[in-house]
Amino acid sequence: MVTAREVVARVVDPEMPMLTLDDLGVVRDVTTEGDAVTVTITPTYSGCPAVEEMRTDLADALRAAGFGPVRVRTVFAPAWSTDWISEAGRRKLAAAGVAPPGSAPRPSAGPVPLTLTVPTSVVTCPNCGSRATEELSRFGPTACTALRRCTACREPFEHMKEI
Amino acid sequence: MSPHAQEEDPTNAYQSLSETTEHDDPRWAFGSGFEDVQAEIEAPVPDGVDAADLAEYCLMLGDDALVCSHRISEWVSNAPELEEEVALANTALDLLGQARVLLSRAAQVEGAGRDEDALAYLRGEAEFRNVGLAELGDDLDFGVAVARLLVFSTWRLALLSRLRDSRDPVVAAVAAKGVKELTYHRDWAARWALRLGDGTDESHRRMQAGLETVWPHVDELFRTSDVERRLVDAGVATDPAATRDEVDAVLDQVFAAATLTRPTLPGRGPLGGRAGRQGAHTEALGHVLDRLQSLARAHPGASW
Repeated sequence: MVTAREVVARVVDPEMPMLTLDDLGVVRDVTTEGDAVTVTITPTYSGCPAVEEMRTDLADALRAAGFGPVRVRTVFAPAWSTDWISEAGRRKLAAAGVAPPGSAPRPSAGPVPLTLTVPTSVVTCPNCGSRATEELSRFGPTACTALRRCTACREPFEHMKEI
Repeated sequence: MSPHAQEEDPTNAYQSLSETTEHDDPRWAFGSGFEDVQAEIEAPVPDGVDAADLAEYCLMLGDDALVCSHRISEWVSNAPELEEEVALANTALDLLGQARVLLSRAAQVEGAGRDEDALAYLRGEAEFRNVGLAELGDDLDFGVAVARLLVFSTWRLALLSRLRDSRDPVVAAVAAKGVKELTYHRDWAARWALRLGDGTDESHRRMQAGLETVWPHVDELFRTSDVERRLVDAGVATDPAATRDEVDAVLDQVFAAATLTRPTLPGRGPLGGRAGRQGAHTEALGHVLDRLQSLARAHPGASW
């Protein structure tokens, strides 16, 4: 007998299908009452357009496994952080050519300082392993990635930005 | 016919657009088309807080994000480079996400049977509560767009960083998430202001002109409305006037690095004591709402 939690664990992210929603750290809770299942997820970004797909994919997977009714709730707090991406998730990202995020900045209680100097964070190229990479754009093809380029192997790649 | 009866046709671009699954709801032609999105929305109004004030405050914060998001989204297919187009689209999307939660909360607290879509698509100009800066058009002038986002994101980041302690759980949740997003938005705008301001003579001139265009709308950002004043006392809102020093310091930091000059133009005054927070808007909001609402008003409840 497969549990609802196990079914949920296999559902992949619609925009980064190399990761399960579990790897991404967006599944907050799965509760069951008989065959009824409530899944609680949190969006990566406020406007993440994939949330509706996630809801549909989770409901479809659970119903296909014989569960129902299925309710998918979204919670905003506490806010998702890239620190919640699992170790397995980080390995899968790197294997798929996406540089995994470093540690997320700790939000300070007071004003958020603005830094205008060139960012010094080191992001390793997922293709050749060189540390000589540069940022092309802080906003990549999905809300959660930035675009970078490796100056050694010349390959562009995505970097999951720390939030 | 069920969509599943369709044969897969890789040459049919429209098929993937209408791809649905067996359990899927019909796709809406506009708006979100689904309810009960965020569990927090249903939280009770905090003790001692006037529900009408809270609904109004959520509209203020939500309308700022919705209307500014729409203005930024006008750059999609018009930006100078693909990377910048993606950056602007992502920024607009973040703000739209913030707006959706805040409008949903406003609708829930209001309790009049409206939802986020009704608030976004079916209100008239005078019912919007956004500041004038959010609705300001840029005529696809990149200098104006950068200046508007620089000021807007600096101000909103200062507001939201304080609102993380709001007694309203929805406002606090949007704020905690929004702070992370706005940090990126402000960073993008500040770096462009630096690049253009400290670039060529022409880029400097255009960036400075962009600042002059947005500057008359800056004073309004720090004017405290009666609703805000009451909600500051109730521990829900933050006083925008108290963010001025922080916003000025960040802007001065950018101006100094970018060799830009702080404009000295006077701020637009309220008309008869009313400005954006009281529903008194510039003509520009009418243009935004025309684009934003025309489909929803022409085809109420349309789905595909």
